[in-house]
Amino acid sequence: MTGLAPSTEPGPPLALLAELTHRCPLQCPYCANPLDLERAATELDTASWLRVLGEAAALGVLQVHFSGGEPCARRDLLQLVGAAARHGLYSNLITSGVTLDATALGALADAGLDHVQLSFQDSDPAAADRLGGYRGGHARKLAVAPLILAAGLPLTANFVVHRQNLDRLPDMIALGAALGASRIEVAHVQYYGWALVNRDALMPTRAQFEAATATVEAARTALRGRITIDYVVPDYYAARPKACMGGWAQRLINITPAGLALPCHAAETLPGFRFPSVRTASLADIWRDDPGFSRFRGTAWMPEPCQSCDRKEVDWAGCRCQAFAMTGDAAATDPACALSPDHHLMADAVRQAETAATGLVYRRIHAAEPAI
Amino acid sequence: MTTGTVAPVPAFNRGFRMRFDAVRNAWVVLAPERLFLLDEQAVEVLQLVDGVRSVPAIVDTLAGRYDARRETIEADVAAMLRDLADKGAIRL
Repeated sequence: MTGLAPSTEPGPPLALLAELTHRCPLQCPYCANPLDLERAATELDTASWLRVLGEAAALGVLQVHFSGGEPCARRDLLQLVGAAARHGLYSNLITSGVTLDATALGALADAGLDHVQLSFQDSDPAAADRLGGYRGGHARKLAVAPLILAAGLPLTANFVVHRQNLDRLPDMIALGAALGASRIEVAHVQYYGWALVNRDALMPTRAQFEAATATVEAARTALRGRITIDYVVPDYYAARPKACMGGWAQRLINITPAGLALPCHAAETLPGFRFPSVRTASLADIWRDDPGFSRFRGTAWMPEPCQSCDRKEVDWAGCRCQAFAMTGDAAATDPACALSPDHHLMADAVRQAETAATGLVYRRIHAAEPAI
Repeated sequence: MTTGTVAPVPAFNRGFRMRFDAVRNAWVVLAPERLFLLDEQAVEVLQLVDGVRSVPAIVDTLAGRYDARRETIEADVAAMLRDLADKGAIRL
């Protein structure tokens, strides 16, 4: 062996998650954004985003997800969508929809937007508005869905599910179908950021989880060929971990509103990293050379039981952020895995939630404001 | 789909887009939260999916290109299109 480590050139990334802003009219208590939200003044400027989109396409990115916060809060969204289209990128708008209208949607479609993912908090209007912390929000979404279709855009209806709305999952799927969605996403809350703060109030019971899985299976059969249903399962009832992000720094680059490049949207929670900024480095240099991106890429870094596991290139040892949040060690096996020595932590959390109150901490830039 | 009286005309659904990716030197179909990497056979078929050609017309075109029995090609094309329709990528 020489002193030089073998160079393992990573394959090109598939997707760019462009978190344009943390500003959002909604305050969902399971938001995937970090607790420390960026303010408008720190956001990356239009010229930098335009450069990043070009660099992403040249690097091999095929899909860009415009997300947030609420991406429609950015005045330059249309410009960014247009640039993505010119670079051949498949563009997806991940939105709450509450600020959209027919004019804006027509303009986005004309600019080359490929797809809209519209979030719903519930099928019940009062419960939905309570969860989103935005009065009248659910009614706005119901009005916007047909405008999305009228603009010629395909629609995904996204439902984040948890203890407080899971019993209405059949109604939610029926709502998505009635609104003309060609894809429905049923996503159990993933416990990072705000959701981790609210875990006790959001964790489903095992009975709810099993009923939800059966509901999704039945709906998939009933809707086959008409509506695709994607189902994101909760780690806490899993025996094997999810392949988080398809493997650390293997498929996705996340750009924060302030311009930091991350291997996943929760990576800023990990200690000991200084993630690079697209203000000062190119996406290609970041992807190939940044030590934070290389840290958990591939399998060489893995501990046992992952290292000798035949699934190590299936689940990539699970989620680094969950491993850190649960065990304090970002390089540990994800405790979602039944083979992890820390797997009991998941069952402990479920047990703790069973008797917990359902009060919620709402997502706020000013954490001191009272909840409505 | 061979039982209908009108030959089906496959077309990509909204939100599904086929393109050549120069970085990977491969054809792909892009879709919401999805990416289909296409093998050579799928590329040959999907390049003929334009919302105008019927399934029998697609089979005829391929039969003219390849030294295989038409029935074999027909079965392969039908299976592939059915699979893509089930995945929501095309309509038949």
